[in-house]
Amino acid sequence: MAKQLTVFLENRPGRIKSVSDILLENNLNIWAFSIQDRGEFGLMKVIVDKPKQAHLALVEKGFACAIKEVFAICAKDKPGNLEKLTTLLLQNEVNIADAYGFVSPNDRQGMCFLEIKNPQKVDIARVMATAGFEILDDEKLYEL
Amino acid sequence: MIWREDIETMPLENLKNIQSERLKKLAQYVYERCPVYKRKFDAAGVHPRDIRGIEDIAKLPFTTKIDMRDNYPFGLFSVPRGEVQEIHISSGTTGNPTLVGYTRDDLKLWGEVMARAFCCAGAKPDDTIQIAYGYGLFTGGLGAHYGSLEMGLTILPMSAGQTPRQLKVMTDFQPRIIACTPSYVLYMLEEAKELGYDPHKASWKIGVFGAEPWSEAMRKEIEDGWGMLATDIYGLSDIIGPGVSQECHHKKGLHVFSDVFYPEIIDPDTGQPVPDGQKGELVITTLTKQAIPLIRYRTRDIVSMTRQPCACGRTSPRTSKISGRTDDMIVVRGINVFPSQIEEVLLGIEGTHPQYQLIVDRQAHQLDTVEVQVEVDEKLFHDEIKQMHQLEHEIKKKIEAVLSVGVSVKLVEPKTIERSIGKAKRVIDKRKL
Repeated sequence: MAKQLTVFLENRPGRIKSVSDILLENNLNIWAFSIQDRGEFGLMKVIVDKPKQAHLALVEKGFACAIKEVFAICAKDKPGNLEKLTTLLLQNEVNIADAYGFVSPNDRQGMCFLEIKNPQKVDIARVMATAGFEILDDEKLYEL
Repeated sequence: MIWREDIETMPLENLKNIQSERLKKLAQYVYERCPVYKRKFDAAGVHPRDIRGIEDIAKLPFTTKIDMRDNYPFGLFSVPRGEVQEIHISSGTTGNPTLVGYTRDDLKLWGEVMARAFCCAGAKPDDTIQIAYGYGLFTGGLGAHYGSLEMGLTILPMSAGQTPRQLKVMTDFQPRIIACTPSYVLYMLEEAKELGYDPHKASWKIGVFGAEPWSEAMRKEIEDGWGMLATDIYGLSDIIGPGVSQECHHKKGLHVFSDVFYPEIIDPDTGQPVPDGQKGELVITTLTKQAIPLIRYRTRDIVSMTRQPCACGRTSPRTSKISGRTDDMIVVRGINVFPSQIEEVLLGIEGTHPQYQLIVDRQAHQLDTVEVQVEVDEKLFHDEIKQMHQLEHEIKKKIEAVLSVGVSVKLVEPKTIERSIGKAKRVIDKRKL
């Protein structure tokens, strides 16, 4: 599963830069990110190539920061795939807590990072496979 | 007029005789009736028979807010509980609040000193007074109320807030006296203009303002804005509430009603008296109170004192306006706030000592605001925004419950609160007091 970094940030100029500065200093690559804003503060969620190293670097600089495992789901970039994905989740009574995605224009691949509430303990990998979606495992994500 | 001319204009020598007699009785009274005082006297090696006059007061031990806290609620009482007629409560530093109990005679005393205070400010018995201090456990409202009853004033018992209604009542009943916090009367000035009142047509001619520190600049703003005389009243719940001292129309210091509240000014570090005119901590002994007499109570307020006669004819000593505190207490909208109270709330939430800071501010003609900044450390951090929001809400509700003052809470990143020599500065007071 993908290791998402969640960083607590105050909502004022320069705070996202302060995170990206640290990632750059450590030569870390950002694959995806999302910002949740709650007025005076917010959370920045980041997927990087070396999550543990990024976590250490951020904590060392005093950031309140945690690592959480989220699904990294891969699908062809074509109309209806998000509808298909959400239908599958609904059928299994899975609630989406947070999600963000992007498309890689060159190879027409869609990528979705998914945080879910799964009370029925449904086997997500099996469900996704039925629609031809792939959940990327650690080896595919983080070839070391 | 002077409410108790016989006492308030008495030659100092006679005043001293009264104080001496009262102190002798008081020492005996608390020694016999209150085990806490007996222990304190014994520990200090002093016996009531050693007190032969007011000059012996320095032999007695100090009483502090810690004594109040440690003996909460009834330990400092010198009368059986059945004789206690009223109780008020104010903030303590941590844990227990500070409690004040009054016997029937204590309430009479309170009424009398407040009547002296209103007269000192310039009120006459046929005046109407608008009391916009909060009524309830806070001493401001009821203290002013009892004094007005004693004096025979017509009372408009408004309590604080509901400004449009305050202004309507003022217009309809034409009270000459207004009693509230100085920041509230300035707030009302702004509201009045917005609501289309001409402040210079207001009926208020004399203001009795207290319960929080205020500056000469604020006085000028109030006097110019409303066209009234603005006087300062001082008191503290621990002693009796408002009514310890009051300015006359000369506005040259606050007359201490020293036949009942004996003032000393000491060096807060050594406990030794400082000469007249020099700043030090105000220490008060309640010479006639019954329920909870306080012996040499450390007010933590910094003032200077003068015994020069005043042009108004009153002979009792006068103190300056408060110029500071010897502890970290702040007064917000008339309510005492100790940073340690906030620390206790935060400790209760996550079992850790997060870094925090209070930012107290007052925009022109607005009420005080308090922002509590809390650093989000690993113990407070949740990776879900919903939980962070709940945390913010929980901190706000718990702090407000303890302080009885509305606050805003701001979660800040770790290490953003400035530390000086490893210790964070707990209060940033931006108000121009």
